[in-house]
Parts: sequence; C-alpha cells; structure tokens
Amino acid sequence: MEEPQVTETGPEPQPQAQKQELSQAYWSLVWWKFKKNKLAIVGAILIFLFYFVCGLFAEFFSPYLVNYQSDHLESRPQPIVFKTPEGKFTLRPHVYGTVAELDLVQRKRTWTVDKTQIYPISFFVKGQPYKLLGLIPMNIHLFGINAEKYPEATVFLFGTDRLGRDLFSRIIYGGRLSLLLGLIGQALTLVLGMVMGAISGYYGGAVDILVQRLTEFVGAFPDIPLFMALAAAIPVTWSPILVYFMLTLILVFIRWGGLARQVRGLILSLREREYVLAAKSAGASDWRIMSRHLLPGTMSHVIVIATLMIPGMILSETALSWLGLGLRPPLTSWGVLLQEVSAVRVIRFAPWMLIPVPFIILAVLAFNMLGDGLRDAMDPYGGR
Amino acid sequence: MSEPLLEIKDVRVEFEVRDGIIRAVDGVSYTVNRGETIGVIGESGCGKSITAKAAMQMLPKPGKITQGEILYYRRDKFDPSRPTQLVNITKLDPDGELIRQIRGGEFAMIFQEPMSSLTPVYTTGTLISEALFLHRKIPVTVGDQMSQKIMQYRPVTKEEAREISIEMLQKVGIPKPHERVDAYPHQLSGGQRQRVMIAIALSCQPFMLIADEPTTALDVSIEAQILDLMRELQESVDMSIMFITHNLGVVAEMAKEIVVMYMGKQVESAETVSLFYEPKHPYTRALLQAIPKIGRRSGERLASIKGMVPDPFHLPPGCVFHPRCPSFMPGKCDRIVPTWKEAEPGHWVRCLLYEDV
Amino acid sequence: MAERIATKSENIILDVKGMKKYFPIQKGLLRQVVGYVKAVDDVSFFLRQGETLGLVGESGCGKTTVSRTIIRLYEPTAGTAYFQTSLFSADGKPEMVNIFDLDKEQMKRIRREVAMIFQDPINSLNPRMSIFDIVSEPMVIHGVSAGPEMEETVVTLLERVGLRKEHIRRYPHEFSGGQRQRIGIARALSMNPKIIFCDEPVSALDVSIQAQTLNLLQDLQADFDLSYVFVAHDLSVVQHISNRVAVMYVGKIAELAYSDALYNDPLHPYTEALMSAVPKPDPKYQSERLIMQGDVADPSNPPPGCYFHPRCRYAVDKCRTETPEFRELKPEHFVACHRAEELKLKGV
Ligand SMILES: Nc1ncnc2c1ncn2[C@@H]1O[C@H](COP(=O)(O)OP(=O)(O)OP(=O)(O)O)[C@@H](O)[C@H]1O
Ligand SMILES: Nc1ncnc2c1ncn2[C@@H]1O[C@H](COP(=O)(O)OP(=O)(O)O)[C@@H](O)[C@H]1O
Ligand code: SF4
Ligand code: SF4
Ligand SMILES: [Mg+2]
Ligand SMILES: [Mg+2]
Repeated sequence: MEEPQVTETGPEPQPQAQKQELSQAYWSLVWWKFKKNKLAIVGAILIFLFYFVCGLFAEFFSPYLVNYQSDHLESRPQPIVFKTPEGKFTLRPHVYGTVAELDLVQRKRTWTVDKTQIYPISFFVKGQPYKLLGLIPMNIHLFGINAEKYPEATVFLFGTDRLGRDLFSRIIYGGRLSLLLGLIGQALTLVLGMVMGAISGYYGGAVDILVQRLTEFVGAFPDIPLFMALAAAIPVTWSPILVYFMLTLILVFIRWGGLARQVRGLILSLREREYVLAAKSAGASDWRIMSRHLLPGTMSHVIVIATLMIPGMILSETALSWLGLGLRPPLTSWGVLLQEVSAVRVIRFAPWMLIPVPFIILAVLAFNMLGDGLRDAMDPYGGR
Repeated sequence: MSEPLLEIKDVRVEFEVRDGIIRAVDGVSYTVNRGETIGVIGESGCGKSITAKAAMQMLPKPGKITQGEILYYRRDKFDPSRPTQLVNITKLDPDGELIRQIRGGEFAMIFQEPMSSLTPVYTTGTLISEALFLHRKIPVTVGDQMSQKIMQYRPVTKEEAREISIEMLQKVGIPKPHERVDAYPHQLSGGQRQRVMIAIALSCQPFMLIADEPTTALDVSIEAQILDLMRELQESVDMSIMFITHNLGVVAEMAKEIVVMYMGKQVESAETVSLFYEPKHPYTRALLQAIPKIGRRSGERLASIKGMVPDPFHLPPGCVFHPRCPSFMPGKCDRIVPTWKEAEPGHWVRCLLYEDV
Repeated sequence: MAERIATKSENIILDVKGMKKYFPIQKGLLRQVVGYVKAVDDVSFFLRQGETLGLVGESGCGKTTVSRTIIRLYEPTAGTAYFQTSLFSADGKPEMVNIFDLDKEQMKRIRREVAMIFQDPINSLNPRMSIFDIVSEPMVIHGVSAGPEMEETVVTLLERVGLRKEHIRRYPHEFSGGQRQRIGIARALSMNPKIIFCDEPVSALDVSIQAQTLNLLQDLQADFDLSYVFVAHDLSVVQHISNRVAVMYVGKIAELAYSDALYNDPLHPYTEALMSAVPKPDPKYQSERLIMQGDVADPSNPPPGCYFHPRCRYAVDKCRTETPEFRELKPEHFVACHRAEELKLKGV
C-alpha cells in the first residue's frame, strides 16, 4: 500500500470561529436587507403610525368625538396659518375662523373661511370626554381650541359633513374599523388558508382534490357580485357590531383560497426536500413533520403574501361599504365616509368630503411597500 | 504556433457584501491560445467561474473588476484578412454594443446547470435560431473583380435558421433532430438539454467556448459523449475552449494546459502532462492524491487535504494555503506572500518552496 | 482474482428479494392512472454485516428508489426485505423480519436500526433548526434521551464526525458542504443504526472534502461495525469504498459482484461500457471509449427483451425478445445477460 504523503487530521480548524451571534444570522440578514430598502421602511413607519393613531388612540388624536354634531353643517376646511391675529409670523399654528353665509343657490346656510378671525391651536387641551383605550376616562385631546377662551371657535381642519361632524376626527376613527378589519380578517384568512393548504399539500390524494376544487369554486365567482349577494343576506336587524363581524367572515371566506393554494404549493415542494425525508426515515409523525419541518418553512413566504393581501381586504371593505352593503352608520369606517360622497351634489358643493381617499391610498401603498420590502428581505440568499 | 486569443492579466474581482469585501479573483493571469483548450481547476468557490464571467463582462452584482486587464485579440469574423484588433474587455461597457457582439457571437458560454439555462417557453429550434439571427451571417458573392470575388454578408433567413438548427442538433448527437427541433426543453433529458446548450453555443461558430462545468450534472456515459463532441467540433472549427471543472479526469483528457486556482489566486499552471506527472504546488499534489482512482485496489484510505477552505474575510497571512499545507514551513509560509514564479520553463507556481527567501 | 478485503462476517443482515416499486403515472382532473414508472423492477441482493454494497448506474435508473423503498419512505409494490433484528423477538435473539410486513408502530421502532444519509448537503438539513435540533431529532422522536444527557450524546457525535462542541447552536447555512455532510452523518449515527443507506453522500462535494468524508465513513464503519448501502454514480468512488458492487440499469440489477471482480472482469456489456466512459485522471492514458448510443431507456416504457439491447454492441436477436435472467454465473458474481458466458469484456 502506498504511503499517502498528505494525511488527514481529525477535526477541521474553524477559521470562522470569530463570527458571533451566528444563530441569529438568518434574521439579522433579513433585517440588514430590509433596512437597506428605504421604501419598505417608510411603509413600515406609516403602518405603525396608522395603527397607533387610528387603531389605538383615535380619541386622543382627534379634536372631536366621532359622532359629535356641531351646528356648522358642511363647513369648509379651516386652513392652518402661522400668524397671530395681529398678522405677525409665529411658529404656533393658528386657524382661520368660519362665518355663516346664506347660499342662494342651495338655499341654505353654509360656512366659509373668514380670514379676519384667527384663533390659536392649543395642544393637550381639554375637550370632549372619552375613555382612553376604552378604559381610562380622559378629556385631553392632542390639539384643539381652548374652549374657555374662544367658545365660538372651531377647528375643522378637513371641514364637516352634512350633519356638522368633523371630517378630520371621522377619518381617524374610520381608520380604526377599516384597518382593524384588514388585520383581523387577514389573520383569519391566514389560519384558514394555511390549514387548508397544508392539509391539501401534505396528504394529497382525495383530500387534495377536494380542497383544490373548493378553492377553484370560490375563486371562480366574481368578487363584487358574490360580496353583494352575501352581504345583502345579512339581516338589517342585526346590530352594527354583528354586521362588522359577519362582513369580516365574508371577506375571509372569499379570500382564503388564494393563500391556501400558495401554501399548498410551498408544502408540495418542501415535502420533497431531503430533510423532510430524513425526519420521516427517523420515524417522525405526520404532526411533527408538519409543525417542525413544513409550516416553519412556509412562514417567511406566508408573511409576505399576507402583508400584500391586507390592502385588498381594506379596499373590499371600502368598496362594500361604499355600495351600502357593508358597514352602516353609526359605525364609521373609511368606506362609510366615502358612502356619503356618493351623491353628485356632495362632490359639487362639499368636495372636501373626498379627503378620505388619499388616506386609503396611503394605507394601501404602505402595506404594499412593506410587503415588497419583506419579500426581498426574506430571501437573503437570493435564490441560491 | 500558438497565437493568443485572450490574455487575462493580473485581474482582480471584488464583491462588496455586508461583511466586507470578498476578493473572489486576485491577480489571475493566463492566456488562452487560438484553437487550444485550457483547463481551470480548483475547489468550489475558488473563483473559476468568476474569472470566466469577467472575461465576458458578465459579473454578477455587486462584482467589479478592480485591477488588471483582459485583452482580446479580435479577428474579423467574416474577413480573416483584416488586421487583428486588440480589445481591452475590462474597459468595455457591460451593456455596450461591442461586448454584446462578442458575447454569444465570438465567445460562447455553456453553464453548469442544464435545467435552468434554457428558457422553458421556447422550442429548441427557436432557441438556436435566436442566436443565429443575432450572430451569424451568410456570405453572398456580389461580384467578380479581376477574378477576385467580392463577398458580402446577409443575415440568415427563417428557413435557413431552421435548417441550421436541425443540422446543429444532429451534430451534437440528438436523435431525430427533425422532430426534436420543435421540442420544448422540459421534453428533453438532462443530457439532451446540455447538448442543446452546446448546439446554441456552437451555432454561431465562436472563437472561444467557455465551458463552466458542462458535464458536472451529467452521467459518465453522457459526459463521455459530450467531451468527444466538444473535441470533434474544436478540431473542425479551430475554436479555443476554456474548460472549467473540478473533475481532474475530465481535465486530463481535454486540456493542453491547466491552471490550478485556490482562494482566488492561481497557484500553478503548466502543460497537462507536466502538471499531472510533476505537480509542484503542494495543493496540486494533494488534489491529485485525493481522488480515488478507478482500477486501483479498493479499501485503501485516501489522502485528503486537512481542514477546509478558509473564510474569505479572514484569509490567513502569508501563503493562503499554509494552514492546510503538508509542506508548511513555519516562520516562512505564514509571513511571506509567495509570488508567481516560473519554476521550470512553462511551469509556473506560487509557492515558497520554489523561491529563495 | 485480485486480492480483496474480506468481509468481516458471513452474517447476512439484509436480504432483499424480488423487490419492485412502480410509481403510478396519473393524468387528468381525477388523476386516473394511465401507466407505471417501473423505477425498481425485481431487484434482489443481500448485505452482510460490516460490509459496503455499492450501487451504481446512470441517473434515473432507480438507485435512490431502491434505498428509499427498503426503509419504506416509499411503499413497495412487491417483494420482501428481511432484516436481522432482535427488536421483536421474545428472547432477545436476532431474527429475520420482513420490513415490508411491519405495521406503522413496528416500522417506527425499526427505524432506529436503519438510517439514511442524503445527497444534497444543502437540502438535507432543515435550515430553521439548529445543529443540536437536527442531530437530536431521532432521539427526541424515539424518546430515548433528554436534557443534559442528550446534549452530551450530541456533542460526542459531533466530535466523532470531526465537528466541534461550539457548533451545536449554529444553523446549517453557517457550514461548508463538507461540514454539512458531517452533520448529516452525525444524525444518521444518533440511534446506533446497523445499516446506513448512503444516497450519493459525496456527489456534491469537492475532491478534497470528498476524500475526508469517504475516510470518515470508513472509520465509522470499522468502529461501529456498520453496514452500508452506498449509492453513487462515480464509479471510482464506489470501487474505493465498496466490498461488493451492484450495477443497475433501468430498474434492474445488471451485474453484482465483488468490486475487484466487477471492475477487472465485468460480465455485462453495460458495465464494460460504463467503465470505459470514466475519464481517467492521467493525460497519457489513451482511452478507448465505448460510446453508448442513445439515452437510458424510459422506465415507464422499457424496450422488450433485455432493456439494454438498443444500446448494446453485442445484442443478438434473442436479446430483443427474451428478458435475461439474473443468475449467479460465477460464485458471488451475478449477471443478467444472455451472452455473459461467451463475451470477453474489458475491465479497467
Ligand atoms: N454574486 C456574488 N456576491 C458575492 N460573492 C460572490 C458572488 N458570486 C461569487 N461570489 C464569491 O466569489 C468567489 C468565487 O466564486 P466562483 O463562482 O468563481 O467559484 P467557482 O470556483 O466557480 O466554484 P464552483 O466550483 O462551486 O462553481 C466565492 O467565494 C463566492 O462566494
Ligand atoms: N416519487 C416518484 N414518483 C414518480 N416517479 C418517480 C418518483 N421517484 C422516482 N421516480 C422515477 O423512478 C425512476 C428511478 O428514480 P431514482 O431511484 O431516483 O433514480 P436514481 O437514484 O438512480 O437516479 C426515475 O425514472 C424517476 O423518474
Ligand atoms: S508557500 Fe508554504 S504553505 Fe504555501 S504552498 Fe508553498 S509550502 Fe505550502
Ligand atoms: S442480453 Fe444481449 S442486449 Fe442485453 S446486455 Fe446481454 S448481450 Fe447486450
Ligand atoms: Mg462555478
Ligand atoms: Mg438518486
């Protein structure tokens, strides 16, 4: 036997030993890539702000309560200015006052901006009482007009509606229901979609055929008519909260199929991975394979898909409510706000009632930016 | 007489990634001669493919050539009487007109993965024709001037492209080329797909073929067919081949000259016979001993190189191979960086054993 | 015949007879079965304790399917696979049990004694599990160990395969291909198996790492008296590691013999052709390749008679109609060819 010149030594030297925190490597890599994507960061911040402002502390951030009806019907937005009543520049924001005029065309009183009146905006002012987070009684609002000093002044930054309600406050409140519906609805969709997708992909055979046909069946219906039919079936007598939950369920029912299909596809490809076979050959149960080896592998994908699906959820609610089939007053959502603009008269005489639209667009964009950023970041090895 | 086609001179390629800069290729120089095959061997990740891609100006992001030059002695493809033009590839715009003519038309590349390098939605005929439309011209005689034929070139027509495609498929040994010209890639086996890749690469009659592990994914039986095919075609069209592989058996058969790379540097280069029979660099020697040889008695232990390739961010000082080197000389190898020396005529090596220090 | 390393024992621990695995081909909305891929078609062999049986052949010939069917990752279509175990015997004496007859519960128990090493060092380790979780998974599944004791076992295993203690909390992507393969080997060893099915364990590795891994596998075999079924398509690797080698062609074994006999005096034309195709790492070697025309036969629609006849240079009329029998032509040298006696074939 010829003597090998080079012989093997046992353990390999480990030159990478200096690398610290290696176990966190995947997530730190994701974070590193995510951070580089400015748009995604902007999206994430926007979403955080939306949920913080509208979702949690709407009462605090809005100067008026949601259904408070002032006697300023259809008041124009009051612009913010940075000058004192004496006309000097100041850093403190002020608003012009409003004045009632008799509109001869509409034959009613309307409110327009009166540039002669200027009121200072106060921060952390006492205002209408509410319960913070539904628990803590409070009456401090982020901003408003000091009612004791200027009892006649108002601060309708986005104007008021037909009933004299402050649109700015209503947009903040409306965001709460719309955004929450997006989140809850998506969470339920996620659970249903993942369970059905996982079962279908893992077991295959008859179960798979059944689930697939079901998703195709649901997916084959055009969305809006199906919404309409289902939403119209909700009894008018139900309480608004019940309607809200029914609506969420309807949206979930219509949308789980897409996710289930994606999860099924992922599971099908992961199922053939050698590490799954390795677990099987070691005797692992179906449950263990599913929960330890398959579902975690779909997570990053699913998070991305789910994020990108939320805007659709929000838009569906908006569309339904706008059609009058979704949420109804006294509940306030972005869709409900837009419903009030359905008449041409409103667009003509109170165009500021369209202000919710840019907010909806912003929310949708924010979710898309975040979702895209996540998608790029979750795949740090870039297809390798 | 060997005449250079491509000269790679002291090229360095760097990737800027999160953890720092990876020097994937560091001071590599070799020359590809016209009509000859050069083999490039080395472990995975040592920079073989990146060097080849640099020569095509096809570096993946964020790779950059930060040093050196790649000279291409460009002959006119259709008129050999025109003088050879010297093109510095490193200076070309990666999306420019000239490099696109060179890529595909004059240099062709075959990749390791036959599955993913063919677009699945086109038939093999379409894939070959596409290359033909871009890079092949048909000569036509436009006149006779004092018994001197005046030639001009026109693009191939659709019918001609189909005919040439069928001819190419036949040349690369695909059975029933008349039918297979309309087949989609997924209808072909792995070996057939690789042969289609070669047909595409060769259809434009390139001056150089860069074959990046063209047979690694294939069975020996098909590998044998493809190697034979490449050699045959090389003889008939006088083409150079840059053959990248880590299979020493393949390179022994194919190459006239071999470059051995380790961690982005070339450590040895010589004529094939000299390299296999008198390897000089300890890394080359170790590689040659580490392969089980067919026909040799079984059951022996293999000689293997201890340890593994170092982390590119923490390269060892001195000779990068020293932590694994069986001829390691303490005090020398871990301090002095060996230089690229001609140890014997035509036999270059980068090792302190062959330097007086 | 060349000297060969004698097998340690004559004790047969796995005996496979007439094993078949057909995969149904399904089409249409309701997935009707329109045919079968005969991935493994009547394969018989045995494995002695402490020996390595190599399995070579072109891709798609059924090598992977053979090993996966024996450990019931795929349900067999036909055949028996008797395995020597004392898990089910009342008196603790080893007996032969047919793996294909075991129920789910028994199968789970037997999985301790048969392990598997996979080809792809990237795909065979779950990227979301730490090395500890990966190596200890079989112990967790079988509930044989827990807590600090299990951690100790894992560390011992890692050290045995040449990894280190501090690697235990790391994740697969932090390792090189060769190291990942070692992790896979540690996992396979964790239940003290008797047989390890190695499915192309070194095909994805570089030459130098391949040598380290092959040496490690040989050392482990000597230490633990393991038996290997070693699948590969690299003939030189298989010759290097195996005591006996089986050459497969389209779901059937074409030839099976001691490796030196097989490589030096092949009896099957396919073995001869395969061997001549291997590129030799010697620039002065003048190869006389016997190029096989055409591709491997389609296992869902194999040709009649001898499956190899369309590519065989020695084919005669009989080959086109009659399936050759797999027979023992010389002691321990099995071959399936009508003309095996008369042909003088070249080895390497
Ligand atoms: N896109 C990229 N980004 C960062 N680093 C890269 C990139 N592509 C390659 N590298 C690095 O460059 C070095 C050389 O890679 P290259 O692909 O040339 O290796 P190779 O020798 O062809 O290996 P193989 O045999 O595996 O094909 C490696 O260290 C690799 O990690
Ligand atoms: N799960 C499966 N379903 C259908 N056909 C399969 C499956 N697995 C393997 N096959 C087929 O069986 C044959 C043998 O495959 P395999 O055992 O993986 O080959 P090898 O390991 O020798 O490359 C091939 O034709 C392959 O396409
Ligand atoms: S320089 Fe020293 S360490 Fe490097 S290869 Fe030569 S002998 Fe080995
Ligand atoms: S049986 Fe006939 S066709 Fe088959 S291998 Fe033998 S000689 Fe060739
Ligand atoms: Mg490469
Ligand atoms: Mg296989």
